[in-house]
Amino acid sequence: MGQILASQFVYNWRRNVSAIAGSAIILACVLIVLFGPLVAPQNPYDLTQLNLLDSYKPPAWIEGGDPRFLLGTDGQGRDVLSSILYGTRVSALIGIAAMLMACTIGTVLGLLAGFYGGRLDAFIMRVADVQLSFPSMLIALFLMSAFGTGIDKVLIALTLVGWVVYARTVRGSTLGEIQKEYVQAARVAGLRDAKIIRRHVLPNVLTPLIVIATVQVGTFILIEASLSFLGVGVPITQPSLGLLIKNGFDVLFSGLWWTSVFPGLMIMAMVFGINLFGDFLRDELNPRLK
Amino acid sequence: MLAYAIKRLVQMAIVLWAVSVIVFLMMSFTGDPVFMVIPIDSTDAEIEQARRILGLDRSMPEQYWLFLQNLVQGDFGRSYVFRQPAMDLILERLPATLEIVVVAMLIAAVVAIPLGVYAGANPGKPLSRLIMSGSLVGISLPGFWVGMMLIFLFAVEWRLLPSSGRGDTVEVLGIETSLLTWDGWTHVVLPSVTLSLGTLAIILRITRAGMMEVMRQDYIKFARAKGASRKDVLYGHGLRNALIPVVTIFGLQIGDLIAFATITETIFAWPGMGKLLVDSIYRADRPVIVVYLMLVALIFVVINLVVDLVYTAIDPRITVK
Repeated sequence: MGQILASQFVYNWRRNVSAIAGSAIILACVLIVLFGPLVAPQNPYDLTQLNLLDSYKPPAWIEGGDPRFLLGTDGQGRDVLSSILYGTRVSALIGIAAMLMACTIGTVLGLLAGFYGGRLDAFIMRVADVQLSFPSMLIALFLMSAFGTGIDKVLIALTLVGWVVYARTVRGSTLGEIQKEYVQAARVAGLRDAKIIRRHVLPNVLTPLIVIATVQVGTFILIEASLSFLGVGVPITQPSLGLLIKNGFDVLFSGLWWTSVFPGLMIMAMVFGINLFGDFLRDELNPRLK
Repeated sequence: MLAYAIKRLVQMAIVLWAVSVIVFLMMSFTGDPVFMVIPIDSTDAEIEQARRILGLDRSMPEQYWLFLQNLVQGDFGRSYVFRQPAMDLILERLPATLEIVVVAMLIAAVVAIPLGVYAGANPGKPLSRLIMSGSLVGISLPGFWVGMMLIFLFAVEWRLLPSSGRGDTVEVLGIETSLLTWDGWTHVVLPSVTLSLGTLAIILRITRAGMMEVMRQDYIKFARAKGASRKDVLYGHGLRNALIPVVTIFGLQIGDLIAFATITETIFAWPGMGKLLVDSIYRADRPVIVVYLMLVALIFVVINLVVDLVYTAIDPRITVK
């Protein structure tokens, strides 16, 4: 522990205002994901707690506001703050889970492509090339239009969109690693391929993935929000922040701005925090700058 | 050069073929299109007949072969909803989409490049930090939400600009455009600004990174030493050499902009092909979705090719192999 605290990484972190700000935002989001439903004033999906008489109340500090509903209510009398606390959980968990899946699949394919080369490599990389010539958003939209709505389907779509970047990066570093003497020594020692890949290659190709994975959570949160906004993302029973904004859009023209403004600010804060921290990691882990 | 061009064309053909396979497979997952084209009270015999006409009674490979033949001949079938050739529907709406994409690109270039040059040439200054934080906010924002906020402020609260539609258009060389009327411009502004935001932030960051690298070079010191003006050093010597990655990203961003136009057009009810795609997805209007995807795929492979060629043209150090 003492060693970690005294490291160059922590030293740089403590001197970097944006890195601290990013970490603070991420920490706050993690707390919301873990404890949001416990501190929420209301369970917005428990119909017995809703009262239609409370619908479309503005935020508490505006005339006509109700102190029970700090950020106002939507058309069903749902507390916007509570909806955001629940929605942040959906958005963040989708982003993290999809990132983990994409990272695992992409890393495995990249290792195989780099280690074995040949036809397998050519095939995986051609698929990656074709996919990279299309924007992620479009691929995800297309997949969701075929799959239909659902959290599991969003996860699959995001995974299919996101694996490429890991596969490419890992393949590149693997090609570099297998030339090195320690891998050749392991081969001469008669270790099986699986063991060489797992014990020797994998640990040495992971560092560049940390930055990609961090930033990708933010990207996934934004893509999921866009999909849900278009109505092809999460189902209405488990609304993410994007779906809350969509619901707010329908009443925006009547001047009821709070149902869409606050969820949008929450997405922005969350992704901004991730990007701030990602920028710091990129500078720290990029060997070219050192 | 000729060999390179031929190789690239073959690659393009392979990519487009791969896309056609994927599109075909995905489309066959999306449910039975028969029910889109027949009345609800059809008899079983009528359903069978409709299947035969659509070619749905054949095996998958046969269906794909038919699909591919039609694609090559440019026949994408008729929209189930509009009962018109799907290709015509998309092409009708293509100019509207290109309009906001082009204006968004211009906004991004005009705003991002000077700011990026400044931030790259003066990395430590407070204004540069402000610019960089701003750009980070830019890539962290959900684009559709920004569009909504602009609608709320400019259309609902202040009533300065219209919130939806395309406004008056003029026909030039057979293409409808709203860029030549005042009313058209008032409609173009908000969607284009919304669309440009993400690209603006990315171009800004790339320009800055390039400038920071270039400004360290000896030829910049030399240009300063010989007494070139500040503007000349920054733009004539600095930006010119930092421009190569910017051009690449610019090209690739066109693709992203076309994709994000689907959302922007939905918010602003802009009658482009992106909104048509989203509507067609809701209505399971298969032929229109297919045309959109194949057309966008074609646009992307052409852009990639052009970017590579421009790359070699502006940087003499790169030669094609």
